[in-house]
Amino acid sequence: MTVTAPEKEFVESLSKLDGRLPSGDLEDKWDKYKSSMKIVNPANKRKFNIIVVGTGLAGGSAAATLAELGYNVKSFCIQDTPRRAHSIAAQGGINAAKNYQNDGDSIHRLFIDTIKGGDYRAREENVHRLAEISTNIIDQCVAQGVPFARDYGGLLTNRSFGGSQVSRTFYARGQTGQQLLLGAYSAMMRQVAKQQIELFPNREMLDVVTVDDRARGIVVRNLKTGELETHSGDAVVLCTGGFGNVYFLSTNGKASNATAAWRCYKKGAFMANPCFAQIHPTCIPTSGEYQSKLTLMSESLRNDGRVWVPKDANDKRPPAEIPESDRDNFLERMYPAYGNLVPRDVGSRAIKKMCDEGKGLDPSGRAVYLDFSSAIERLGKKNISDKYGNLFDMYETITGDSPYKEPMKIYPAIHYIMGGLWVDYDLMSTIPGLFVLGEANFSDHGANRLGASALMQGLADGYFVIPNTLGNYLANTKLDSVSISSEEFKEARNDCKERTEDFLKIKGSSTVLEIHRELGGVMWDLVGMARTKESLEEALDKIPKIKDKFWNDLYISGESDTLNKSLEQAGRLADFLELGELMAMDALNREESCGAHFREEYQTEEGEPLRNDDKYAYVSAWEYNENNIPILHKEDLDYKFVKMTQRNYK
Amino acid sequence: MSEVISLNLQVWKQPSADEPGSFEFYSVKDISIHISFLEMLDVVNENLQKEGKEPIAFDSDCREGICGTCGFVIDGVAHGPLAKTTVCQLHMRHFEDGQTLVIEPFRATPFKVVKDLVVDRSSFDTIIQAGGYVTVSTGNAPDANNILIAKDNAEDAFDAAACIGCGACVASCPNASAALFTSAKISHLSHLPQGKIEDDARVKGMVEAMDDEGFGACSNHAECEAVCPKGISISNIALMRRNLIKTIL
Ligand SMILES: Cc1cc2nc3c(=O)[nH]c(=O)nc-3n(C[C@H](O)[C@H](O)[C@H](O)COP(=O)(O)OP(=O)(O)OC[C@H]3O[C@@H](n4cnc5c(N)ncnc54)[C@H](O)[C@@H]3O)c2cc1C
Ligand code: FES
Repeated sequence: MTVTAPEKEFVESLSKLDGRLPSGDLEDKWDKYKSSMKIVNPANKRKFNIIVVGTGLAGGSAAATLAELGYNVKSFCIQDTPRRAHSIAAQGGINAAKNYQNDGDSIHRLFIDTIKGGDYRAREENVHRLAEISTNIIDQCVAQGVPFARDYGGLLTNRSFGGSQVSRTFYARGQTGQQLLLGAYSAMMRQVAKQQIELFPNREMLDVVTVDDRARGIVVRNLKTGELETHSGDAVVLCTGGFGNVYFLSTNGKASNATAAWRCYKKGAFMANPCFAQIHPTCIPTSGEYQSKLTLMSESLRNDGRVWVPKDANDKRPPAEIPESDRDNFLERMYPAYGNLVPRDVGSRAIKKMCDEGKGLDPSGRAVYLDFSSAIERLGKKNISDKYGNLFDMYETITGDSPYKEPMKIYPAIHYIMGGLWVDYDLMSTIPGLFVLGEANFSDHGANRLGASALMQGLADGYFVIPNTLGNYLANTKLDSVSISSEEFKEARNDCKERTEDFLKIKGSSTVLEIHRELGGVMWDLVGMARTKESLEEALDKIPKIKDKFWNDLYISGESDTLNKSLEQAGRLADFLELGELMAMDALNREESCGAHFREEYQTEEGEPLRNDDKYAYVSAWEYNENNIPILHKEDLDYKFVKMTQRNYK
Repeated sequence: MSEVISLNLQVWKQPSADEPGSFEFYSVKDISIHISFLEMLDVVNENLQKEGKEPIAFDSDCREGICGTCGFVIDGVAHGPLAKTTVCQLHMRHFEDGQTLVIEPFRATPFKVVKDLVVDRSSFDTIIQAGGYVTVSTGNAPDANNILIAKDNAEDAFDAAACIGCGACVASCPNASAALFTSAKISHLSHLPQGKIEDDARVKGMVEAMDDEGFGACSNHAECEAVCPKGISISNIALMRRNLIKTIL
């Protein structure tokens, strides 16, 4: 190991990280690999206990499928029932290479779009597998009764999403995530009835327990009673979603957190590309100090909505009075080939650029129009309301204004984290026996995720990948039995107990919310949509100070042996504070722009991200180190099938 | 209209299911009319913490009206005065300056109070376990377009499937019936060919589970439909009854 630039305070590992990718032709890798895997025979499956943490699309589909195969599954989630995981909030749709529209789609095209959308920072093998599986997902969900949109002939219909020139997105009005999640949830409930799944709702995972260096269990806090419980198993499947809430305001749910992933990081799981955070262009702008979350307006709206600002920054006329000739439809102008349907990172930056130029809308100057008037004129109000009715209603509920009458005002917001725990092709982390699925891993989206691809990935991981790769692991591994009365479990439980009590002992004067808001401000301003060396160094200076404030001045009322929301949030914030620092460090290390990671120093003349493939075509995977100086491991992205080019949506 | 309002709140406080509860009085000032009801409670809780007092326990997650986590009763109405809206989407512009509001948990025998405004709704999971699914394991599915579904049926199925499982229907029903919740799932699946096959077993199983969990019988008050944040129709209850009768005939 060598120490690189000491001011960055990390160590770089000399050995390369291996994703254990199968060899052979790209198209056949997954099939061939599957047929070479060892299988656990049916009678033996019931001897295995699998812990699945999280019940979103990834965890729900994994728990149901593993239980169907005969494994004993214990399923954990924070909410009071599995059906409320934040996947429920996904609006727009799910991609699949069905080519039902006969518009030239194929597995290869979906693969290429996703690789390109991710700005060539994802593994070819993973993305190809995802594209292959995409079609099975739709079949499975329809069979479960997911009410996807249909045409009059009874066939499934599609819409378009950003970063693609075909129509491959399946949807259920603006509630696709809800319907897919309820599909996975009902499949889970069938297995609960068969006693193949045991449910543990209202539980928050606080640590992973390793025995002989393998993941063999977890510590959870019962959020209703405050009791700490330990659970053992033969493998742990982590499906705990994204950690956009490190920015305080995001489109994530209140309970979305990094804790489960961060605790695993501290036990030896590498954290990959943490600086790749997606900012979604179309969210309802912030309105005031007490705002608790940001609401997404689905990307699907850009099928019919046009994004614009007045050409003249001083034009204060109401939108309806501004004629077409005085409007700057800037996405259509800047990106004629994709127009309003450019990928998210591109769209967000264009909106920021307009606002930075002073063309943003009143009162904050941080908003642009998303206008449906020409679509309503062309297609009729009924047609638009059939497609987007619930989104329009949601917008009106929140803002008090009707998008049928005047354009929406929108601004970018933190939405999704491409980074996450590092996993190999089997979705196993660097802790053997710890698998990571869904948004919690880093695997498929590179530096930018395309719309409607997260639902696809979560379900691909849970329904179709993990049932194979977990079986292979179990069949190839000799696992001794473990007991929760062993030292390892007792110690992990004690650590969690002390930590929880430490929060209550601080007895300072700042609330969790205040400190979290402060962290969020720093993250958004300095580690957000546009980053520079200076901004990141400033973040690395400021975050530790906020961390000090947390550990010296936090105040939480109430006790640990009861439902205590502030205590839950304090635990999550403690981890966000550490994660935020790593995100800034990762962003500082990556001296290039790619996808959502935009370093202002590295841009083309037209202001597009400028990659540096010679130096940064790798996954950065960070290893925790006791002395708090993380170790950077690199997994080279060795593209054999696709040529890395400059993305062009013009 | 002024941009801020003040309110008097009477909030149900109860440490746990086994301890008695009572109303406590809070007054809040300078609440922006642009924030949501839950954000208003966030402000109350921040103030309480600053005074060293325990905050009001209430639950929420998505805060955009889709996860079904939030929910309590405001002045006798589940999810408050605005139709088809969860409390997380209810904004303060719908209230008046100086108004007094009574806030209590969803009350029903099967919904035990966990703490303050948080109740246990796990009985809903139990009802779904009794048949609220299609029997199909991963990997068994035919090509999606092999199952043709008339657009109207797909839309009707969707309307029923939009239920968020919040429990407002139960809380507003004089009999604490879960008929709207249960029938919504039955109706969703019954409108689809792949779900219809199991109609009989499903309706029997789920209705029985509903009774076993201690929910009351439906006597057509329609209060459930009135408070449902997703506008689930009581016509689903009629369908559930028809499906149930078919199993007897
Ligand atoms: C508003 C919104 C709209 C979106 N729209 C789309 C879309 O249209 N198309 C698309 O493809 N993607 C969309 N996305 C992204 C997509 O919804 C998510 O990436 C995806 O659903 C994540 O699924 P998941 O299963 O990984 O995690 P989640 O659904 O977030 O589930 C996480 C689970 O983990 C549990 N959990 C978390 N931490 C812990 C812990 N410490 N202990 C115990 N349990 C824990 C939670 O309780 C929950 O059950 C959207 C996202 C948002 C926020
Ligand atoms: S918090 Fe999700 S519906 Fe209100």
